[in-house]
Amino acid sequence: MAYNLKENLMQGDRLSGGHRFCAGCGSPIAIRTVLRALNPEDQAVICSATGCAEVSTFIYPYTAWKDSFIHNAFENAGATMSGVETAYRALKKRGKIDETYKFIAFGGDGGTYDIGFQSLSGAMERGHDMVYVCYDNEAYMNTGIQRSSSTPMFADTTTTPQGKVVPGKQQNKKDLTKIMVAHGIPYVAQSTFIGNFKDLSEKAHKAIYTPGPAFLNVMAPCPRGWRYPSEKMMEVTKAAVETCVWPLYEVIEGKYTISYRPKDKRPVEEYLKMQGRFAHMFKPGNEWMIETVQKHIDEKWEELQNLAEIK
Amino acid sequence: MAIRERLSGNEAIAFAMKQINPDVMGAFPITPSTEIPQYFAAYVDNGQVDTEFIAVESEHSAMSTCIGAQAAGARAVSATSSCGLCYMTEMLYIAASDRLPITLAVSCRALSGPININNDHSDAMGVRDAGWIMLFAETNQEAYDNFLQAMRIGEAVNLPVMICQDGFITSHAIENIDLVEDDKVKEFVGEWHPEHYLLKKGESMSMGAYATPVYYMETKRAQAQAMIDAKDVIKKVGAEFGKMTGRTYDLIEKYMMDDAEEAIIIMGSSAGTAKEAINELRAQGKKVGLIKVRSFHPFPAEEIVDALKNVKAFATMDKDDSYNGHCGPMHAEVTASLMAAREFGPLGINYIYGLGGRDVKVESIEKVFAELEKIAATGELGETYRYLEVRE
Amino acid sequence: MMSKYEKNTAPDVKWQDITLAADVFEGGTAAAIETGDWRTIKPVIDWDKCKQCLLCAPVCPDMSIPVTADGKRADFDYFFCKGCGICANACPFGAITMVK
Repeated sequence: MAYNLKENLMQGDRLSGGHRFCAGCGSPIAIRTVLRALNPEDQAVICSATGCAEVSTFIYPYTAWKDSFIHNAFENAGATMSGVETAYRALKKRGKIDETYKFIAFGGDGGTYDIGFQSLSGAMERGHDMVYVCYDNEAYMNTGIQRSSSTPMFADTTTTPQGKVVPGKQQNKKDLTKIMVAHGIPYVAQSTFIGNFKDLSEKAHKAIYTPGPAFLNVMAPCPRGWRYPSEKMMEVTKAAVETCVWPLYEVIEGKYTISYRPKDKRPVEEYLKMQGRFAHMFKPGNEWMIETVQKHIDEKWEELQNLAEIK
Repeated sequence: MAIRERLSGNEAIAFAMKQINPDVMGAFPITPSTEIPQYFAAYVDNGQVDTEFIAVESEHSAMSTCIGAQAAGARAVSATSSCGLCYMTEMLYIAASDRLPITLAVSCRALSGPININNDHSDAMGVRDAGWIMLFAETNQEAYDNFLQAMRIGEAVNLPVMICQDGFITSHAIENIDLVEDDKVKEFVGEWHPEHYLLKKGESMSMGAYATPVYYMETKRAQAQAMIDAKDVIKKVGAEFGKMTGRTYDLIEKYMMDDAEEAIIIMGSSAGTAKEAINELRAQGKKVGLIKVRSFHPFPAEEIVDALKNVKAFATMDKDDSYNGHCGPMHAEVTASLMAAREFGPLGINYIYGLGGRDVKVESIEKVFAELEKIAATGELGETYRYLEVRE
Repeated sequence: MMSKYEKNTAPDVKWQDITLAADVFEGGTAAAIETGDWRTIKPVIDWDKCKQCLLCAPVCPDMSIPVTADGKRADFDYFFCKGCGICANACPFGAITMVK
């Protein structure tokens, strides 16, 4: 069924208002979009790792989740969902459940790239029929903007402050999406918020309805941590895509497909300059930092294009 | 008719799991409990159970999958030892506070470091405040029997249950065992019908809340009550099990305590060794006895105070240490129990024993009783924090 | 919103009555929480400029742009709207302005 924004929105949201995410947060946008990709007649169990999403959506006795929801700990959304999904199979086999359920785990980049990485890897390797969605905001935002392995090079965070000697984070962002591809799972995709949300909605639907494990990495900016005015969300994600800092692509059964190729790939400055976390890169004498990032992004884009060539 | 068999403690636990046929097992190998998931995986792969077995990538994930599965409405079990139990610690607390009656078999083993695969109780004692019901077995038979009672106990109070036995000493030693017939096990264990669960038709639930100070303490007080209530449940289930099998269980077992003047309080397999020592000392006319703690949590405080009321001197035997500079964890519980009951009669000392598989012989226990005899005679306690069978 | 469990979840609930494990047995109870009072500026729609393209609706982090059964966006739900302004920037027709 072709994507239609109006029909998609008319289904209604499975996340309620009244959650306590910051104004302009990308995370609930990712979550509500992914949940609207569920067929309305299907039941779901949602899991969230500890992080912004958990503490914002379920402060007792107020839950923003309309479906059944479990939060367990920071590092184990993958394993927790493994248990729920396995229980579903066990109870279904024994005739104790008749409805169809889908299983979606959400984690921030801290809970996904770092502390929950083993748990996620195990869940994907074992082949549970579930989707793991990373809402990637490139640092530990819930605890106050500390670096994660998803934080891009030179970003100013509270544990990689741009100081007199060390100019922010010294390592490149971990390429988790490709690590998930290496698990040999049937569906992996990278997306963010663009235009009418066709890209994310379609990928979420495929992820949910592909049998077996699926991984969705969604860039979900944090206006506080990235230091841009909250109303600029869609400009920031568009710049990430147009500069190829965050290319949109999917990998179905190992086959890479680039979802969007910018006709006029923009220089990385256009993305970096929008955000206070990179402001120090624009001081005179720091041009090398922008060049370093540009080189890295070009190499990664080249690599992705080569992967998409493979038949 | 009961079935006579010869099984190791691990095999007995796996066999109990097979008879129960739980919905989900999530487990990770670690010596000396590894055999439990091994045996169980064979039952699964040979179609003897239809449990979904998840061979996870760590103990942390083992307990995480159990939490997810039990929350979803399934009965979940696991098995572990030592560092594996340590690695689960964070999740053990969550399982208890989520009030999920998961069942976990523990073949107790020393903690690193130095790394050591042999038995002591430092793994189980390390997680004693996690909120789990903790039952300890002296023999393979008790390990099996305790496991069959675990779900009835845990599900009655919505708390998870840890069934502990001594690594290698009972987990690997083969002993005669009476097994309960499958149909009787099924009837005794019954089915679990939680009121709320994630996959409940027509109801969405959210579990794992952020609780502000307005709610956190009421939630924890309710959890504390469940542990208090568990005492009666353990007794009731133990009595009912006795009616079925002739083997009745309580919170503690008293051995030769009726007229005992010196007593030891002990847990696990060493109780068997101690009973042998008591038999020998009784033959010499000495009034010695033993209190075996079956339920460490909930702690049988009143029962122990009552059992000690005519005792002149006692020793609490801790197969682990708290490293607090003055006593092991069970001695802390025992002395707190006496203090709370305003019972200052018996003179008590504490022995740390059997660490990392250090052998505890009949003579070792006899040495303890010799010390107690001196204390009873002189009223002099001496050092209360002692190590047994350590070279010095 | 009246809840079947209201007395088990009220701020003065006794430990004997609080829901087991601080679980909640209904979905979407957060809808009772007003987050609109976080707002310092608010979006206002000019219906003459609105073309009902709906591009504002999916960008809202707070479910504050309801889409009705006839497929049209309704006015802002100020009970939830935190005033982030993403919608105003996403509108291709300048139909949404942020006002004090």
